[in-house]
Amino acid sequence: MRKVTFPHMGESYRAFKMLLNDLGNEVILPPRPSLKTLNLGVQYTPEFACFPLKVLMGTYLETIEKGANILVTTGGVGPCRAGLYAELHKKILHDLGLSIEMIVFEPPRLYPFNFIRNVHKLNSGRLSIKAIVDRIKKGWRKLQALDNAEKLTHIIRPRELKKGTTTQKYRQVLEWIDNANTTSDIIEAEAAALEELHKIPQDLGRLVVKVGIVGEIYVLLEPTANLEIEETLGNLGVEVERSMFLTGWARDNTWKETVEGMTVKDAAHPYLPELIGGHGRDSIGNTVLYAKRKFDGIIQLAPFTCIPEIVARTILPAVSKDYNIPVLTFFLDEQTGKAGMNTRLEAFVDLMKRKKFKKQHQANIWLPSEATN
Amino acid sequence: MQAYLGIDVGSVSTNLVIQDQAGKIIAGLYLRTKGRPVETIQAGLQQIVQLIPEQIQICGVGTTGSGRYLAGVMVGADAIKNEITAHAVAASHFIPQVQTILEIGGQDSKIIILRDGIVTDFAMNTVCAAGTGSFLDQQASRLGIPITEFGDLALESHNPVRIAGRCTVFAESDMIHKQQMGHPIPDIINGLCEALVRNYLNNIGKGKEILAPVVFQGGVAANTGIKMAFEKALGMEITVPPHHDVMGAIGAAMLAKEELIDTHKTTRFKGFSITGLTYRTSSFDCNGCPNSCEIAQIYEEDSIIGRWGARCPRWDIIQEG
Repeated sequence: MRKVTFPHMGESYRAFKMLLNDLGNEVILPPRPSLKTLNLGVQYTPEFACFPLKVLMGTYLETIEKGANILVTTGGVGPCRAGLYAELHKKILHDLGLSIEMIVFEPPRLYPFNFIRNVHKLNSGRLSIKAIVDRIKKGWRKLQALDNAEKLTHIIRPRELKKGTTTQKYRQVLEWIDNANTTSDIIEAEAAALEELHKIPQDLGRLVVKVGIVGEIYVLLEPTANLEIEETLGNLGVEVERSMFLTGWARDNTWKETVEGMTVKDAAHPYLPELIGGHGRDSIGNTVLYAKRKFDGIIQLAPFTCIPEIVARTILPAVSKDYNIPVLTFFLDEQTGKAGMNTRLEAFVDLMKRKKFKKQHQANIWLPSEATN
Repeated sequence: MQAYLGIDVGSVSTNLVIQDQAGKIIAGLYLRTKGRPVETIQAGLQQIVQLIPEQIQICGVGTTGSGRYLAGVMVGADAIKNEITAHAVAASHFIPQVQTILEIGGQDSKIIILRDGIVTDFAMNTVCAAGTGSFLDQQASRLGIPITEFGDLALESHNPVRIAGRCTVFAESDMIHKQQMGHPIPDIINGLCEALVRNYLNNIGKGKEILAPVVFQGGVAANTGIKMAFEKALGMEITVPPHHDVMGAIGAAMLAKEELIDTHKTTRFKGFSITGLTYRTSSFDCNGCPNSCEIAQIYEEDSIIGRWGARCPRWDIIQEG
């Protein structure tokens, strides 16, 4: 019996589960990464490899234990070793005597035949091409709905009157989107979810600072890998905007909103004209764009030993100086102690709030417009 | 007379300060935490109450340091703040023009950059304790030299030897190597001071613009050898403020004052009588989800007053008021 699984990345599993089910596959849901995931992952991967390799390894072993035998994942291009992780995972799992099949999706525009072949492999229900395209579109729509709900929590959480309401309501509305299985149901569930989140009582007069989050995709998208940094920041009264979503929604908006209509690549160009793999260039470009949009600070998240992000980190002080925007970097690893991160976050938030407060008091004329933001 | 109490519970030392309304320090204490924060806080309160005139009334309490939450629930703090903000606030109180703060404590070291009186950047050591007080302590006791005399010995050196400062393990083997070669102790200690400063500037200070006035505080600021090494490496004068070892506690007291003025509230301080209460801590593994968080809790007499370690709100305690 074919049982399919895939990596856990935030809430995206809800959309992937639906899509794979639609194509006629039995799906083993990847569990939220936990201490057990980490322990398994660390045991079977090289010590010096980066965090995503370890977490994914743990996830695969957990799902294989539950009966999964087909692992769907992504490859990648460019000089970042994560692009080779799928092959490495396969090798390690085969060495362990586990007979699994690995289906690796490369970027479809560069490798169209790989994409078609892989979709064909997963088309257990023998659907027509038109039906497959419809299912993929629907899955994408669900992914967008999930991203939109998450995005709204980032705006509401720092302003909620009662701490914890947003997180609680978010859990609830996620289930509504999860249960919607047709495109019209998804759209309806999304609208209901956003409306429900908007109902949360908020303090609109609160001094809220805005932080842009940049960095490597896996630690950005999987909250357990970044010690739920967005939730922590929200509770500290910070509105966060993440530079990356699976649906790329934020990125499109970032382009449009900037005055000069710059792309991330353009914005990074004066500092780093080359693609260095991973998301190093994006980290720099997004920092520039956030600074242009008058954000109060930037947080860079990177897996420990991630070369592209190390390069970005050494360039970011120059961006920080040129645009007068504070940048805080966290290198994440299997260490789960939250105290050190909290101390730095608290200090960073104090820094931004004091700076903003001072600015508002120096230029009182700006106060009304800031308050309505 | 009204005054504010500040408590800084660090990994190595626990500091208490009582500051009057005008900002003058009435009493300050520097105690070793010795791995027992609860007992040390109680002992500290007991000792400091003896040092102050009887008519003094505590009208606000702030806590900081890695044990700030523990101390906060024990004493009833009005402000529980991270040590970076606390150190910055205290330094700008004594030296208002300060632009750079170097702080080296027991287990951590940090740099804080200020411009026009507000913090614009900071960094804290992340992966390594090389160059912090604990390592100096350890080396002083290995050489049988009291830590208080350690720095002065460095001043007697004429020809510092080069010690690898990147990692305490390497530094120690390098020191032993130099000692077995016959280098005099002052030269080795001076070499160590220079190595630690090099390590600090390369790691914590990386990419930061260090401008004068520079203030050096934290327990290690008492070490004249390190101060001299900083001055040599930076080529500028370094100020070690009075009360440099209790600056975190001073900052906490000032933040408590600020908080109470902003919110128009009165203090939640439980009084010095808490030194007579029994505090007990315990821990357990939560089995609510696969995260298996290790939850620590603290009891005052028989009631739980604080819980930590959860990654979700399941074990949160609703604070009154």
